Amino acid sequence: MIEAQSLNKVFGDPKSDKAVRAVNDVTFSVKPGEIFAFLGPNGAGKTTTIQMLTTLLKPTSGSVRIDGLDPAESPLEVRKRFGIVFQDPSLDSELTAYENMELHGVLYHVPRKVRAERSEALLKLFDLWDRRASIVKTFSGGMRRRLEIARGLLHTPKILFLDEPTLGLDPQSRNQLWTLVKGLNTNEGVTVFLTTHYMDEAEKAAQRVAIIDHGRIVAQGTVDELKAQTGAESLEGAFLKLTGTTIRDESGTPADAMRQMAKMWQGGRR
Amino acid sequence: MSVIYVMWLREIKRYLRSRAQIVGSLAQPVLYMIVFGFGFSALFRQAGQGSSVQFIAPGIIAMGVLFTSIFSGIGLFWDRQFGFLKETLVAPVPRLTIMTGRTLGGATIAIIQGTLVLIVCMIFGFRPENWFAVPVALMFMALIAIVFAALGTALGSTMKDMQGFQLIMNFLIMPIFFLSGALFPLAGLNSALTVATRLDPLSYGVDGLRGAFIGISAMSFVLDVSVLVVLSAAFLGLGAWAFSKIQL
Repeated sequence: MIEAQSLNKVFGDPKSDKAVRAVNDVTFSVKPGEIFAFLGPNGAGKTTTIQMLTTLLKPTSGSVRIDGLDPAESPLEVRKRFGIVFQDPSLDSELTAYENMELHGVLYHVPRKVRAERSEALLKLFDLWDRRASIVKTFSGGMRRRLEIARGLLHTPKILFLDEPTLGLDPQSRNQLWTLVKGLNTNEGVTVFLTTHYMDEAEKAAQRVAIIDHGRIVAQGTVDELKAQTGAESLEGAFLKLTGTTIRDESGTPADAMRQMAKMWQGGRR
Repeated sequence: MSVIYVMWLREIKRYLRSRAQIVGSLAQPVLYMIVFGFGFSALFRQAGQGSSVQFIAPGIIAMGVLFTSIFSGIGLFWDRQFGFLKETLVAPVPRLTIMTGRTLGGATIAIIQGTLVLIVCMIFGFRPENWFAVPVALMFMALIAIVFAALGTALGSTMKDMQGFQLIMNFLIMPIFFLSGALFPLAGLNSALTVATRLDPLSYGVDGLRGAFIGISAMSFVLDVSVLVVLSAAFLGLGAWAFSKIQL
């Protein structure tokens, strides 16, 4: 359903030493009806990969197939096949919650009647129904996030991309989200591609996992395979063994590394 | 069609909800009306050229339409900044329809804004010579609005930071406004300035509006309309192309 073959993305001039290789020779494939978790530390290349899979970014080299189609060649056809919940905000904050749902429904050709029913069900599920007529600008961070997810689930695509969907969500909403996503997967056969920082979620939801670090895939397989490979008790343990324990910065520069070292040496002092 | 409609509706809703901004945006036309409409009235009288208020008002209306339409197009930049752009970019609809919807929305609010400026001008004493001129004037407002909303979309699609905005403001929008003849007669200029004004798309809009409202024009009605229609098509094409090329 999703295939990436030797995928590369370089930002900046590839010949200069300032070029950033965000995604480096990434190969994986996601079978139809599978829940696939794409894990990695901050700045590992997860979002860049998703952007290349979802027609938002052209790969520097390598190939992508979504349901057999190349996003670079037939973007519109590919867009008809997936839905996405973005990591960062993508709501119109000058519109109301319901207007955001409506707009999305029209963009994705959801029939009017279905649109109304599903919008109501989803807004109720994520506890936003009472605030449906409020302008999104007045929403708290958690509410915006919930609306973002409700909107992403308004239509039923073949493939659902979830880019850190639970970031900033309370446990209740998180639970609702996973129940819903699993339901879509089992009942409607929706293929799910997700990224998350919460290893327990990936462990519970995903059938297969790939771990990416510094733009490269360092391991992939089922959760059990990864645990066996690293001899770790949990997916979290396996993840730390594979990617190390240093904290990553989105754009790690030598200066940042020095600052981090300085912090370590100075201990608690500022 | 429904996609064009929702994108259009979005622009209208956003506009109508920003009441404070609407009122604020009328401050500039008022200022221009006072400075150029009344400030130059003695000069106009000495030259025996009628009323400066009558002469300036169509130019100020054109200014209102120009700024509103081009900024609505550039609003695309803010959609990129606040993330909403992504939502429209991955939607399974041709980008041309998205772009058309928002450009028409931007053009519509520019026409509303132009009408508000017309009302402000009338409060300051402006009177169209002929009431039948109002529909013709509205047509010119619509043409100006489409030309510059489309140009704004093209600019907004390529702009990645606020520095770009300053550049566009100083080197494109202000020259378009000042060279359009909004504030001076287009006839009897020296040859360099004549060339500059004839290269400025807004000149044809200002000329058309002035012709409709007060019967003074430097170019023919047919020329004004044809230039604006051709430019609308060209800029819509340019905007659609730029919009279809957007990557994050």
